[in-house]
Amino acid sequence: MNMMSDDGWVTEDGRTIGGVMLDLKNITLRFGGVVAIKDISFNIRQGEIRAIIGPNGAGKSSMLNVISGFYRPQEGEVWFEGQKRREIQPYEVARKGIARTFQNIALFEGMSVLGNIMTGRLTHMKAGLAAQALWWGKAQKEETKNREFVEHIIDFLEIQSIRKTPVGRLPYGLKKRVELARALAAEPKLLLLDEPMAGMNVEEKEDMCRFILDVNDEFGTTIALIEHDMGVVMDLSDRVVVMDYGKKIGDGTPDEIRNNQEVIDAYLGVAHD
Amino acid sequence: MFYREAGDIKTSYVADSQTFPIAFDRIGYLCVIAVAFGVLPFIIGPYWANAVFVPFLIYAIAAIGLNILTGYCGQVSLGTGGFMAVGAYACYKLMTGFPDLNIIFVILLAGGITAAVGTAFGLPSLRIKGFYLAVATLAAQFFLVWLFNKVPWFYNNSASGQISAPERSVFGVAVTGPNVEAWAKYLICLGFLFVLAWMARNLTRGSLGRSWMAIRDMDIAAEIIGVNPLRAKLTAFAVSSFFIGIAGALFFSVYLGAAEAGEAFGINKSFLVLFMIIIGGLGSIFGSLAGAAFLVLLPVLLKNTFVGLLGWPTDLTAHLELMVVGGLILTFLIAEPHGLAQLWRVAKEKLRLWPFPH
Amino acid sequence: MPESLLYGTEVVLNGLMAGVLYALVALGFVLIYKASGIFNYAQGVLSLFAAMTLVGIMNGQIPFAHLINAALGTEIHHFGWHINALVAILLTMVVMVGVAWCVQRFVFRHLIGQEPIILFMATIGLAYFLEGLGDIMWGSDIKKLDVGLPQGGSLWIEENTQWLGFGNENFYGFFLDRLDLIATVIAALLVIALVAVSQYTKHGRAMRAVADDHQAALSVGISLNFIWVFVWSIAGFVALVAGIIWGAKSGVQFSLSLIALKALPVLMLGGFTSIPGAIIGGLIIGVGEKLFEFTVGPLVGGATENWFAYVLALIFLVFRPQGLMGEKIIERV
Repeated sequence: MNMMSDDGWVTEDGRTIGGVMLDLKNITLRFGGVVAIKDISFNIRQGEIRAIIGPNGAGKSSMLNVISGFYRPQEGEVWFEGQKRREIQPYEVARKGIARTFQNIALFEGMSVLGNIMTGRLTHMKAGLAAQALWWGKAQKEETKNREFVEHIIDFLEIQSIRKTPVGRLPYGLKKRVELARALAAEPKLLLLDEPMAGMNVEEKEDMCRFILDVNDEFGTTIALIEHDMGVVMDLSDRVVVMDYGKKIGDGTPDEIRNNQEVIDAYLGVAHD
Repeated sequence: MFYREAGDIKTSYVADSQTFPIAFDRIGYLCVIAVAFGVLPFIIGPYWANAVFVPFLIYAIAAIGLNILTGYCGQVSLGTGGFMAVGAYACYKLMTGFPDLNIIFVILLAGGITAAVGTAFGLPSLRIKGFYLAVATLAAQFFLVWLFNKVPWFYNNSASGQISAPERSVFGVAVTGPNVEAWAKYLICLGFLFVLAWMARNLTRGSLGRSWMAIRDMDIAAEIIGVNPLRAKLTAFAVSSFFIGIAGALFFSVYLGAAEAGEAFGINKSFLVLFMIIIGGLGSIFGSLAGAAFLVLLPVLLKNTFVGLLGWPTDLTAHLELMVVGGLILTFLIAEPHGLAQLWRVAKEKLRLWPFPH
Repeated sequence: MPESLLYGTEVVLNGLMAGVLYALVALGFVLIYKASGIFNYAQGVLSLFAAMTLVGIMNGQIPFAHLINAALGTEIHHFGWHINALVAILLTMVVMVGVAWCVQRFVFRHLIGQEPIILFMATIGLAYFLEGLGDIMWGSDIKKLDVGLPQGGSLWIEENTQWLGFGNENFYGFFLDRLDLIATVIAALLVIALVAVSQYTKHGRAMRAVADDHQAALSVGISLNFIWVFVWSIAGFVALVAGIIWGAKSGVQFSLSLIALKALPVLMLGGFTSIPGAIIGGLIIGVGEKLFEFTVGPLVGGATENWFAYVLALIFLVFRPQGLMGEKIIERV
């Protein structure tokens, strides 16, 4: 293991991990009387694959929702790229370069695969109402340019053949892949994946793992993911955060987590006498 | 062979995203346009113009407008009648206030005014969803109609409370007023429909259209991936109201000639246009046209059959019409929620593979 | 007491009585909505249909006479008998249960699991269908409905409230319509009965279970079909009562179906899922629109009752989207 410094380090497989990109400081999130997240702090570094794990109901998805701006924490600060984030709408968070997929697939069922992925590209499209209505120069040029980028993503994720299929007709595994494509189309700096491999068979999981690694490698995208499959988590991620009942109980490299007594207790249960 | 896409290979993204990707469709579409502009104006008589074509063209514009809001953006509105009234009264005030302004501009401006009003009534959509919003749009319907009935300024203090269109012409041909030829009425409505349908098509295939559909299909996910819900919903309300306002202006100035808000633009108008897009197909421009044609033709057909052929009383036929329309709505919602447009698509897909079943 | 305050009080009292009727109609909506997620736009037409059927049965009209005459060239119209109002009401109720069954069997059974907005549009279609059906069955002329409810102002109240004017010659006591008073009592009783049925009976509990999660309800052995027919029948019953009251007041005609439009803002205000919300919402709107018409109405040309309720509900919803008493909406992804 290389030395870990504040400015980053180089991993065993030769990828460079940079400085802190997203820093969460003392986040507390409550729904009425229920405390979903209790005073959690951790950071995500440039270029790394960061896993968030924990038993069901630990508050992992809520954490992603805080990062993507959908939930507003009652306490705590979110720092992104060295700046404290003021309270902004989710779509503004997306424009700052944070894209995500959802635990229960949230594709636009009334549109084709291409339409869905193009929608992910909306943050890059600026043509005005009149130009679009008349299909004038800018609108058409913009459409073509972005279509080229989207086709690149389609090639990358190997979904050329279903380009024009309505997403409602796709099987589960492909839907997950299309959702990833939609998130990638935004060219995010930080990609949040909420259980990208849930409900998949081994083969599909392997494909998805490969895509995640490739995305990180080729686009240099920082990735934070929630996953239940420990094998996958340990193999993929550079660092892991463990949550239980809304609290952070562990944070470190996969090896450190594997040997963390509190984490083992949370997963295996511990006898109270 | 005909109706095949084999061999019709697209070499650019522009060609791939065109409106009619299949050559056969393109030719068919051009033929329809040619007949509509080149043949029909010469043979159309007053009966066909007034009973079928002019109302069809105007309702088609309104239906496209409502379809943009409801079919594409998922915001159900029951205020169509009220917004048509805004278009009509704006048109009337502009016609009488600026007699020298060309009627084309008057109608476009009326659309613009309606867009502004529609956007204002669309503001609650940011907080209210689903049928809460549908019911809230009824507020627009009732308030606007009441306003046009009660404030004499809107009808220039006329004794009857009605508004009536003075004569205006385009290129020296009268299109409003008492002395309009059937073909002139037909042609101006057709012109508006043609341009507006083309614009609607462009909007719905571009980035704005995708943001509408994203909001429709899953508003929360759309917001998280970067769709600004405020912009998406308000543009949908604005564009939709623009279309509906133009439809209202044409309905009053070209079709009716004289109108009274409660009678011409009551809540039944709202439902009629909603029914057109349900039967025609939500989220489809073609469906809007098909639905408008269907519901304009249906009463004509029923009337000709039952009153003309069988000699039944008119009121009985009118009641029968209510039942048939209601029954059709239920049938379509149960059996084919995407309406005539989907039936058409399925037929085309079958045709593409014909004579092989799969 | 000053005159304006007295008239104001009278307006409030009348508003409260109208409000109870709104609440009654709104309750019909809430029950169906709670049990099936259907927002029933046809509730008003259901009232019209019920009132028409009642008049038809009482007068011994032959159903579809108009249609039969046109198709077969006959000239039938009446059976030639008159039926006692109470019996007729019972018979009408049987018809309404039949309608409920048909609506469930032929329409909503095929729409289970659809989005709420599709169901809403289906009820608009249903409203058209029922309106047409009612007209064809019984004719669309304005009918008088007389089931023996008293009419006209209540002299007793007028005489006994005159002293409130303290010698003011222009004040003759409160003018309250006796029909309105009776209607208020009936509506209030019905509201209590409905709340009791839904809270304390077996079917009421099953109804609420279905509302919460119809699949879970199915899994514990509740018959969905039965519950839905049951609920639509209750809605039919509420519609019948509202139809009788409204019909006795201003005749049975198309405008009767518009009471549904009055109940919609009540629901928006009160929250679609709350029975107390419907009651309070009804009262607020009843009083509010009468007061608004009384104070602001004359300044703007009157007839503000057409839209006041809607605008009030709209403004209110912008600040509290779930209504006065609706369940708070927590959005999740």
